[in-house]
Amino acid sequence: MKRAINLSVNGVARTDEVEPRLLLVHYLREVLGLTGTHVGCETSLCGACTVMLDGQAVKSCTMFAVQVEGSEIKTIEGFATNGELHPVQEGFWEKHGLQCGYCTPGMIVTAAQLLERNANPSREEICRGLEGNLCRCTGYQHIIEAVEYAASKTAGK
Amino acid sequence: MIAAQFDYKVPNSLEEAVSLIAADPDGSKILAGGHSLIPAMKLRLAQPQVLVDIARIKSLAYIREQGDEILIGATTTHYQLESSALLRQICPLLPLCAASIGDVQVRNKGTIGGSLAHSDPAGDWPAAALALKAELVLIGQGGERVVKADDFFVDFLTTDLQPGEILREIRIKKPTGKFGHAYEKVPHPASGFAVVGVAVNLSLKADGSCESASIGVTGVGVKAYRPNGAESALSGSSLNDAAVIEAASHACDGVDLNNDLFASGEYRCHLAKVHTRRAIAKAKASAK
Repeated sequence: MKRAINLSVNGVARTDEVEPRLLLVHYLREVLGLTGTHVGCETSLCGACTVMLDGQAVKSCTMFAVQVEGSEIKTIEGFATNGELHPVQEGFWEKHGLQCGYCTPGMIVTAAQLLERNANPSREEICRGLEGNLCRCTGYQHIIEAVEYAASKTAGK
Repeated sequence: MIAAQFDYKVPNSLEEAVSLIAADPDGSKILAGGHSLIPAMKLRLAQPQVLVDIARIKSLAYIREQGDEILIGATTTHYQLESSALLRQICPLLPLCAASIGDVQVRNKGTIGGSLAHSDPAGDWPAAALALKAELVLIGQGGERVVKADDFFVDFLTTDLQPGEILREIRIKKPTGKFGHAYEKVPHPASGFAVVGVAVNLSLKADGSCESASIGVTGVGVKAYRPNGAESALSGSSLNDAAVIEAASHACDGVDLNNDLFASGEYRCHLAKVHTRRAIAKAKASAK
């Protein structure tokens, strides 16, 4: 039996009827058409499906959409404001933090969480902060540099 | 990777949750963070008819001191435990264990109560609960009962929780005097689960010798356990290198060892001894 959910996604109020077993990632991609959030491993390991749920990075493949009733979700589509990239997005652009780009949305969401909790992380802290996100292109060095760029850019503002 | 169909219920209170699962105790499962249950449902290893979501009962997530105890609500997340300044001060084993779980996204959502109730043989919290001699408060239609961690973990993925019961709270005696904590873990490189995890809670005398020790080991057997031989070897010892090595040699005495493609039972037992030794040394070094 379907159930109504009310939530906010990237600042837009949404109301939908969903089956309880619909995963949050499938709700975002297939119901709302927000395909920036990727489905990778589907076993809460790879982090490609990471989104912000009430300000906390979570894996949307390991949640049912009905669990986020009343919450605020931010996906990668909500990171730029008025055409201006989020500092972490800019870091990935400037430091070539992606090759194929599949892991990038999840990386950016998790990196944003890391910088919110620790504005000036060491390289080791960045590695630890991103341990839930896998890059199969193994482009980790550039990803770490992208996060360092975002940290210094944010500090300089 | 689509779960079987289920009915989803959102109680407003713990009492309402208890009556919801009482309607179908065998077909209902409690949902909190969902980070043990949902993966099992996606693989259809679990196919509950009804999910009762207690994560939205806000009064179930807390960390507080009461008298000589620390009380932790069942839906407190790993991240809340990891980042608690209070716990770092009064019971550092809890944040140490929390920080070792999964990754930041998992810690943001997964809960201590869910992990304990799931009793995964490679879960981290059972080791810490045993080492801290935690008491678990279970509530059902007949009222509440309190179960010691020692009696709570029964078998592979099996606890003393009965159909219709909910784990509500974790109670831990505040460590007093001179004590030291450590959690040493070999994470599985893919899943982050413990191939072996060892939680140590040492109580020291003024001269630095060991008053008593309690240890929890996870990953090695079908359920987390306390290595009694290691604990009694430490009790009253000077905690010098020889005493620590002797105690650690008993880390998997009498345990039916887990065997899988990643780690043989023999290898797990070896790791348990090495990491018990390291965890004791770390706990001793951290004592104050």
